[in-house]
Amino acid sequence: MIWQALMLQAGYNAALVSLGAALLGAAAGAAGAFLTLRRRALMSDAMAHATLPGIGLAFLAMVALGGDGRFLPGLMLGAALTAAAGLWAVQRLARQMHEDAATGAVLASFYGAGIVILTLIQGLGTGRPAGLETVLLGSTAGMLRADALVIGFGGLAVTCALWALRRPLAMVAFDPLHARMMGVSPRRMDAALMALVLAVVLVGLNVTGLILIVALLVTPAVTARMWSTTVIGTAMLSALIGAVCGYTGAAISAGVPDLPTGPVIVLLAAAVFALTLLIRGQRDG
Amino acid sequence: MADDGAGNRPVQAKDQTALMVQGLTLRYNDVLALDGASAQFPIGSMTAIIGPNGAGKSTFLKSVLGLVAAEGTVLAFDGPVAQAMARIAYVPQRAAVDWSFPVRVIDVVLMGCYRKTGLLGRIDRRMTAHAMAALARVGMQDFARRQIGALSGGQQQRVFLARALAQGADLFLLDEPFAGVDAATEAAIISVLKSLRNDGATIVAVHHDLTTVAAYFDRVLLMNRRTVAEGPVAATFTRAALAQAYGPALMLDPTGKLGEEPSERPAA
Repeated sequence: MIWQALMLQAGYNAALVSLGAALLGAAAGAAGAFLTLRRRALMSDAMAHATLPGIGLAFLAMVALGGDGRFLPGLMLGAALTAAAGLWAVQRLARQMHEDAATGAVLASFYGAGIVILTLIQGLGTGRPAGLETVLLGSTAGMLRADALVIGFGGLAVTCALWALRRPLAMVAFDPLHARMMGVSPRRMDAALMALVLAVVLVGLNVTGLILIVALLVTPAVTARMWSTTVIGTAMLSALIGAVCGYTGAAISAGVPDLPTGPVIVLLAAAVFALTLLIRGQRDG
Repeated sequence: MADDGAGNRPVQAKDQTALMVQGLTLRYNDVLALDGASAQFPIGSMTAIIGPNGAGKSTFLKSVLGLVAAEGTVLAFDGPVAQAMARIAYVPQRAAVDWSFPVRVIDVVLMGCYRKTGLLGRIDRRMTAHAMAALARVGMQDFARRQIGALSGGQQQRVFLARALAQGADLFLLDEPFAGVDAATEAAIISVLKSLRNDGATIVAVHHDLTTVAAYFDRVLLMNRRTVAEGPVAATFTRAALAQAYGPALMLDPTGKLGEEPSERPAA
């Protein structure tokens, strides 16, 4: 069954989901490469956790309006709004404390709020909340064709945008003062990168889930970094690792009943990282 | 020795100003980092900015460029400095750079060409040749494909000078270009800077080694958060001015045996 899924023979929908997950993995790998080079890896974790209250509130809003509470674009919009609020909160708090402390405080607070809202929704018993918790760990089982297309095209769009911005992004990560001398605003580039990472988080909600998306952003990036001496090489290899892990993980998850997709993808990425450490670990010290 | 640098100064551009700084003031929380510093840098001159630790020399350069927000007036080539950025190159302190970053020497130099390539522009063969020529000028052409972290401190400094050369600037601001570099690099850098100056470029460098000021530069800006003295080396680089900038504890005679004593360089 897993073999069939890997070979795209487990049905049209399963094949579409695997390809979508591959494109998501590529986008996450590429975005993660620039994110880690800019030393903002944990920012993506705060952003991902800050999506949860937005998902709950969007569900409630859509049910109140008489719609389907699990309509994916609606959930994504809510997630984007609170994730952006979380990002803003981190930036604001970072003026008074170190950024890592601000990130930790925002991550926990928003996630806590999200869990409370989700628990309330389960208690209401309206709007078919069953399955809403899959946004935590991801599940591609029973994914709609439209959802798979959103994921695939979203991943593709993010990857293309990163390719277009690769040079200013690399310049800002390496030497932000020089970037400013060249007329490139680090603040604007950081905002663009955060927007692209947010897009990855949103698109990945149904695949890896919000808790593990950070692993798909960071693990391929640090793995690729050990093999490549250039920014573009790191980003492309990271995208490739992310794509392979996304594809394989989605296929395995489709073949094994009740196996959540996110953990499988993340374990695959961790295995590639562990292998890299064994082979390359001693070289650079 | 002391006349060596001044003798090479081109005369045609003597009266024009590359950079004019008036009343530059910057406050970090309660600390006054710059207190109304003013200076003029004529086109085709080569100026050493000297002063004690904490005198705000690096901050002065960054404030001039608007990289930190200070109060005061800065004019570059008789216009707002923001409009002259394409004509200015800035070489940061070596310590300010992440040397473990995955970037090759040639990629660093190509970052100096960004204004020519632009966001979506391709880096073609001509652009790469331009970057290689800049590397050759500092004697680093054989290292183009090396990772930046694999170079010595002096080699890294030369690569950053090559990035500034690739920009094709008319005004070069350098923050301690000789800190922690070997003697060969120091000689290579000063020779490139002097040839730039002889071609009409303006050089401003934060400098620590008082024994080489007269040999390397034709002007000095002595500062300690404000301007203590500025002008040609012979008239400005005096014991009295140094004592005023560094405090009376400084015991040295800059007008005495310049160039005869081995120069003191900061440890790597």
